[in-house]
Parts: sequence; C-alpha cells; structure tokens
Amino acid sequence: MLSVGAALMLVAPPLAAQNKANLNTCLDCHSQLDAPFGVNAAEFSNSIHAQKGLGCPSCHGGDSSSDDMTKAMGKAAGFKGHIDRAQVPALCGKCHSDAAYMRGFNPSLRTDQFSQYQTSVHGQRLAKGDTHVAVCVDCHTTHNIRPPKDPASSVYPTNVAQTCTRCHANAEYMKDYKIPTNQLALYNTSVHHEALAVQEDLSAPTCSTCHGSHGAAPPGVASVEHVCSTCHVFQQQLFDTSPHKAIFAAMNLGGCITCHTNHGIQRPSDALIGTANGAVCVTCHTEGDAGYQGAAAMHASLVKLGDEIGRSEQLLLRAEKAGVEVSDAKLALAEARDSLTKARVTIHSANPDAVDKDIQAGLKVTQKTYQAGLTAITESKYRRRGLGISLITILIVLIALAVFISKLEARNPGITK
Amino acid sequence: MSAAGRVKDWLDERFGWHEIRTFIEHKTVPVHRFSYWYFLGGMTLFLFTIQVITGILLLLYYRPTPNDAFESVQYIMTQVPFGWLIRSIHSWSANLMVFTAAAHMFSVFFLKSYRKPRELTWLSGMLLLFLTLGFGFSGYLLPWNTLSFFATKVGTDIAGLMPGLGPWILTFLRGGEDVTGATLTRFFGFHVAVLPGIAATLIALHLLLVQRFGMSVPPSVEAAWQARPGDRKEIRFFPNFLLRELMAWYVVLAILGGLAALKPWELGVKADPFGAAPPGIRPEWYFMFMFQSLKFIPAKIWIFDGELLGVMGFGAAFLAWTLVPFFDTGRRGWVQKFVTGVGVFGLGFIGVMTLYAYTAK
Amino acid sequence: MNNQTTAPQELAERRQALRLFLGGGVIASLASFLYPILRYILPPKTVEQTSESVLAARVGELKPNTGKVFRFGSRPALLTLTSDGKYHAISAVCTHLNCTVQYRSDLHNVWCACHNGMYTPDGANISGPPPRPLEAYDVVLKGDEIYVRRKGNG
Repeated sequence: MLSVGAALMLVAPPLAAQNKANLNTCLDCHSQLDAPFGVNAAEFSNSIHAQKGLGCPSCHGGDSSSDDMTKAMGKAAGFKGHIDRAQVPALCGKCHSDAAYMRGFNPSLRTDQFSQYQTSVHGQRLAKGDTHVAVCVDCHTTHNIRPPKDPASSVYPTNVAQTCTRCHANAEYMKDYKIPTNQLALYNTSVHHEALAVQEDLSAPTCSTCHGSHGAAPPGVASVEHVCSTCHVFQQQLFDTSPHKAIFAAMNLGGCITCHTNHGIQRPSDALIGTANGAVCVTCHTEGDAGYQGAAAMHASLVKLGDEIGRSEQLLLRAEKAGVEVSDAKLALAEARDSLTKARVTIHSANPDAVDKDIQAGLKVTQKTYQAGLTAITESKYRRRGLGISLITILIVLIALAVFISKLEARNPGITK
Repeated sequence: MSAAGRVKDWLDERFGWHEIRTFIEHKTVPVHRFSYWYFLGGMTLFLFTIQVITGILLLLYYRPTPNDAFESVQYIMTQVPFGWLIRSIHSWSANLMVFTAAAHMFSVFFLKSYRKPRELTWLSGMLLLFLTLGFGFSGYLLPWNTLSFFATKVGTDIAGLMPGLGPWILTFLRGGEDVTGATLTRFFGFHVAVLPGIAATLIALHLLLVQRFGMSVPPSVEAAWQARPGDRKEIRFFPNFLLRELMAWYVVLAILGGLAALKPWELGVKADPFGAAPPGIRPEWYFMFMFQSLKFIPAKIWIFDGELLGVMGFGAAFLAWTLVPFFDTGRRGWVQKFVTGVGVFGLGFIGVMTLYAYTAK
Repeated sequence: MNNQTTAPQELAERRQALRLFLGGGVIASLASFLYPILRYILPPKTVEQTSESVLAARVGELKPNTGKVFRFGSRPALLTLTSDGKYHAISAVCTHLNCTVQYRSDLHNVWCACHNGMYTPDGANISGPPPRPLEAYDVVLKGDEIYVRRKGNG
C-alpha cells in the first residue's frame, strides 16, 4: 500500500500542476489508473452530475480539493470508497428521492424512482440479498450518467434494449433464473424495433415502455391489454367487446400477446387470421365451431377487399402506361386502403358482421376506381383510334402530294439553270 | 372576273401582293447532294408555329402560381377535351424543335453557309438557338413538378456561377434568392411574352436575310459548278420545293400525333419546395452534355474553382462558335479545314457526353 | 408514263381526280387537326379543383363543438367549429403515420385514432406520438359560405 502510494506520489505532482484550475484532485490520479480504480475523466465531465457541479465526494465522500491522498481519502473527510452494489439504490435515492433537493436542480424531475424500484423484481430480489440483479448504475452507468433525452445516454430510447439485455440476453449470467434470454433476439425482428431503430420513431416501444423502467416487472396476464392499449386504443376497445376477453381471462392467457406474441411482434398479414396453416385462430378453434366459421368469414372479407384493391391498382397502372392520367382515381384508391386498415382493426371484435361493414365501404370505393380504370382504358383506345384516323388522312395527303409533285414535274420540271 | 379575283385585286392595290408573288415565283433552291439539309430551317419554323398555337391553347387553362400550376396542368391532362393531346404535342414539339434547330445550325456550320454575306443570318440564327434553349428552360418549370423544380434550381445555380455578374443573374432569374412562386411568375413572363417577342423579331430578320441573299451553296459544290456550269441545278421554291417541305411537315405532324397518343408527357408529382431533392435530378437532354462534362471537371484546377472554369469554358466556346464567320471568311483553305475539324470535335463531344450521361451508372 | 398515247381528255380527268384526292386529303387532315382544337377551346363541365381556396362548408352545416373532414387539394383537411363559435381549419393528415384525424366533441380536441395522438383545433400536437403540429389554414367567410385557403394567400 505504502509503495503504491509512494509511486503515485511521484506521478501526482506534475498532474496536479496541470489540473490546478480543476479542484477535483481525485481525477488527477484516478483518470490515469486502470480498472477497477480508473475513471474516464472526459466521460465524467460530460455526465449530468459533473455538469451540475457535483463531483466525486457527492457519492464517494472524501475531499477532492486536497492533494494529500491520506487527507483526500481519509475517514475524517467521510470517504466511502467503493460503494457496495446493495447500497447503490439507497445512495442514489438519498438525493433523487428528496423532492425539495431535486427541485433545486430540475423541478419537473420525478423523485419516486427509489420507491418504484422497490416494487420491481430487481428491487425485491435485491432486498432478499440477490446482488446479481440490476441496480441504478447497471442501467445508468456509474460515471457517464446522462439525461434520458441525450442520445448518448444508456437509457435513450434507442439504447434501452441494449442496456437491458446486457444481462437479460446473457445466458451465462441468467442461468440461475427461470426466465428466457431470447427477448432481444425476438425484439430485433419485431415491428416495434423497426419503428424505433430504423424509422427513428421515438414513440415506438422498447423494453421499458411495456415493462416499466424503475418499477420493472412483467405486466402480468391481466394487464397486458392495458399496456398495449396505451397506443393501440381501438384494438383493445374492440377486444373488450369480443368473446375472447372473458375466455382468455379464464384461461389465464394474456390479452394481445396470445395471438401477437410479446417480444417478436411481427407486422400482421391477412394470413394471421383465418383457418389456414399459419393462422392463429386454429390454435384453439376446430372445424365446425362458431369461432372457426367466424375466422374463415373475416379472413375471406379481408382478402376480398385486398384483391379488389389489387385489381383496381393493376387496371389503373395499365391505363397509366397507356398514357391516360389517372392520379385522381389512384388517390381515391387510398380511401379503400384506409377501409382495409380499419377492417384489419375491427377483426379484434371477432365479429364478422362488423368487419364486413368496413369491407363494404371499401368495396364501394374500389368499384368506383375500377370503373375509372375501365373508362381510362376506353379513353386510351379512343385516342388510338383518333390517332389512326389522322394518320390515315396524313398518309393520304403524303401519297397525294408525292403523286402530285411527280405529275407536276413530269409536265414542268421546274428546274432552272 | 370572279368574286375571289376581284377581292384579290382590291387587296393587291393596297398591299402590293404582286411584288411578293413575283419574288416568290422567282425564288429557287439549289439542287445538289446536300440539298436535303435545306429542309431543316423550314422545319424549325414549322415546329415554332406549332409551339405558338399549342402554347396559346394551353394559355386558355394554365395558371402560373405555385398553388395552381400543377393542378391546372393536371386539369388540362384529365378534364379538358383533347387537353392531353395539346399538352403532349407542346412538350414533344419543344424537344423536336430544339433538335431541328441544333441540326439546322450544324448543317449550316458544316456546309459553311455562314460565309460572306450571310454573317448576320448566322448571328441571328445563333441567337435564335439560344432563345430556343431559353424557351425550353423557362417552359420546363411551368408544370411545377418535382423534376422541373429541382432542374430549375440546379440550372440557375450554374448560371449564378458566372464571375462578377453571376449572383445578379441568379437573383434576376429566380426573382429572389431561391426558386419560389416568384420564379414561376418570372419564367412564365419570359416564356409567353419576352422570348416570343424577341424570337418573332429575330425570325423576321433571319427570314428577310435568307430571302435577300438566297440559298447558300457549300464550297465543294460551288467549286464543282464553277468548273462545269452546266451541272448547276436549281428548282423553283414555289411550288416544287414548298410541296416537298409540306410532305416533310406532314410527316412531323404524324410523328407528333403518335408521340402524344402513345407516349404522352408525364405529369409528375407536385413540387414541394421544402422537400429533399429526389436522387438522379438532371436537366433536359439538350443540357445534359454540359451537365455531364461539369461533373468530370475536378473540384479545383490549380487555384481556380473547377466548376467555374467549366462554365466559363463553355461560355467561351459558345462565343467563339457564334463568331465563326469572322474567323472563317472562306478565303483561307487551312482555316476552313480547321474550323470543320473543330466542328466535328464539338459535335462528337456533345454526342459522346450526352450518350454517356444516359448510359453510365 | 405514256402521256402521248393518252387522250388529253383523260389527262384532264386524271389531273382533276388527283387534285380532288389531294384537296380532299388536305381538308380531311386539317379537319382531324381542327376537331380536337375546337373541342379543347370550349371549357369542360367540371370545374377545376384548385388548392387555392376551397368551399369547405356552409354556415349552419356544422354544430358548435363538431368537425368535418373535407378535400383540400389532394389531401384531406379538417374544419372545426369550437364551442366559442370560432372556425378552425387544419390539415387532417396526422404527422405521425399519415392517418386521417378527427374532431372529438367529448375531448374538445382533434384526435388520431391510429395511435391516440392528440392535437388542438389549431393543430398543435399536445400528446401522443405525433412529432409535429398539423398545418393550419386560413378560414374566410363569404356570406354563408366558409372557404379554406392556405396561409399567406392574398
């Protein structure tokens, strides 16, 4: 210990000269050390705590203005040294749960993180002595804590999944727990991931959206549909009117995830509903029961409108290629697509008649657009006929002119010298 | 004396038609192996007339404001009877006219019809060619779709590169800093009033000069005829040459009708000034050779900006080309051959650059 | 051809026939050019849909605290009459994923059914996923006609 201290003493003075203006003598040494004592000074200075004027002693105690190691890290200065994992939440909570204190920095910041944490699976297990679980610094990092709105933050929406699955996708780390570790792999194939990571829609859900952040826990069977309905309102309202709601509850099946799964939610196609291989309905329904027939009917409706839209699209494309302007009809077709989208939401009511109502509205539009397509094709035929007529008259004139010229010049060459 | 005859005489006493009639009856056109090139001038005039007629018809429905321009063209294409025909003929004929004007210019160049005393005819013709390109550039913006909006932006950007006057020219063309509704108003004014007015004057001048000096004969044919005067052949302009021209014009009408009915001009997507430029923005084919060559020039040549040098280079080349009658007066043989060589190079350059622009990835 | 062996009468007839053929052809071709032009000049029955100023509704059509979706140019727009008696017009294309929004009388606000986005009648995005406000338009009353036009159009 003394030799290390002596060695450090040799290193410290020139650095101290450099950092004269920076009264954080802790970093003078600790920025040069390797793990587990090392701290990235640049990272720390960009962190929210450093930006607000809080230094090492705010968490670790000690005296950051002293060059003397024994003084800086002495008991008299209240030095705590390395913080035990189990102590971390309480330490963070000392400030972050103090509403009066936090008001001085950011009045709109919540101060219930610690109490939420205590209700979470992580918090409950920690209370029982399991230090394997996540504490504050596992998600927020130790010395590089940034506000969630900062794209470089480990809890910025696009970074959340990576932060959670540092543990949750690590099969080795999670081997003592009875939960799967494929959530990230599944999530990365989902539409939500595509919306968040590819289309950069920050309102798309990530782990914490459905599981909570500080109070992280799986929603529970009864709550799943409420969680999903924070965005997918209509689907939940319709589901509540369907026979599935009571049945799923009785069978202890989660609302939405029974058909759509939880993490690897794919973009649904019309093939997801119906009675064919690959449809979810036949997981429970068998031929002959009312649900089976309903599923078949709804699938048929969706396919019908989809096909009609396709037919109109094809015809309009043909007309466009033939040179007729059909942008108005193409725009009207968008209305039919809206009807199909609406119908695809209505299926959650498991009521084929309700679905059919939306489909009929769409079919009315496709009837009109198909007509418009036929009119356009007729117009293109009319144009070609007109072209043919004028080409014939032009040909007549050309032939007549040629003959006229030759006759004229046979009589009178019109050539002069 | 028939009624028609009496009317003719009445008008003739006041307008003096008979003098023009006599002139036309005496006008002749030389016949030699290059005679077919003589059709191009009349063809260009014919296409210009078509442009004026279809242009006036379009004026009945077109609205030159950003909110309405695209919709009015759409209206013409979809609701107005035969609007699709008028509009597509106008667009196709514009391209055909640029082609025939350029072909006419090159044929005159290589047949050396610009020699004394026809220097002013050549000058007015070159100005008419530039005007035709101006017609094309200003007209291209009027449908106010994405392609035309960004093509105008790029084109005026390049115009603004000119040293000294550049920024002023850019602001003058655009009616402001950016391409906006003000640009549309301006381009519309240029396209339907300013350019037609200047063009009409220059065409009148050009035609008058052509009538004054008659048709030029290329040096090789001239020499051959001087050696053997018996070989000289000319046909009467009226009715012989004119009837043949009429045939050519009817063929062009057939082509225009076919193009309009089978390959109509597209409407595009309404321009969004705040949207991003779509990839692959490029000007019309007749500007492509310049566009492509500018892409080849490195960003910096010595201490000068590459693009600026390119633009100035083209400017100098066009100026020299316009002044060719003053270099090649026809008196010195080696100058004649040199000028022909430069012409072949120029034509080849334009052809290769244009082909490359369309075929290379 | 052998014009010497043909009688002058026949020659004249042939010439006449040729002139007729040529004249007829020219007139026919001119007719095929003029017919479209004449049809073109007469204005069609359907009036042009300008996106400059659109008649959205008539006074009395909307009850207070209701809205109406109408076509503006090539996209839908929403005209609302709020309880304070004022008309508002905004684009009805949600800035999140382009669904068509609607006016909710119970919420006194504009709502998007797709993902629960919320806007004020003037288009400000106040909750849910929408990242940007809806474009607001000018409402002009002419007699009992309510016109909607883009802002900044005099």
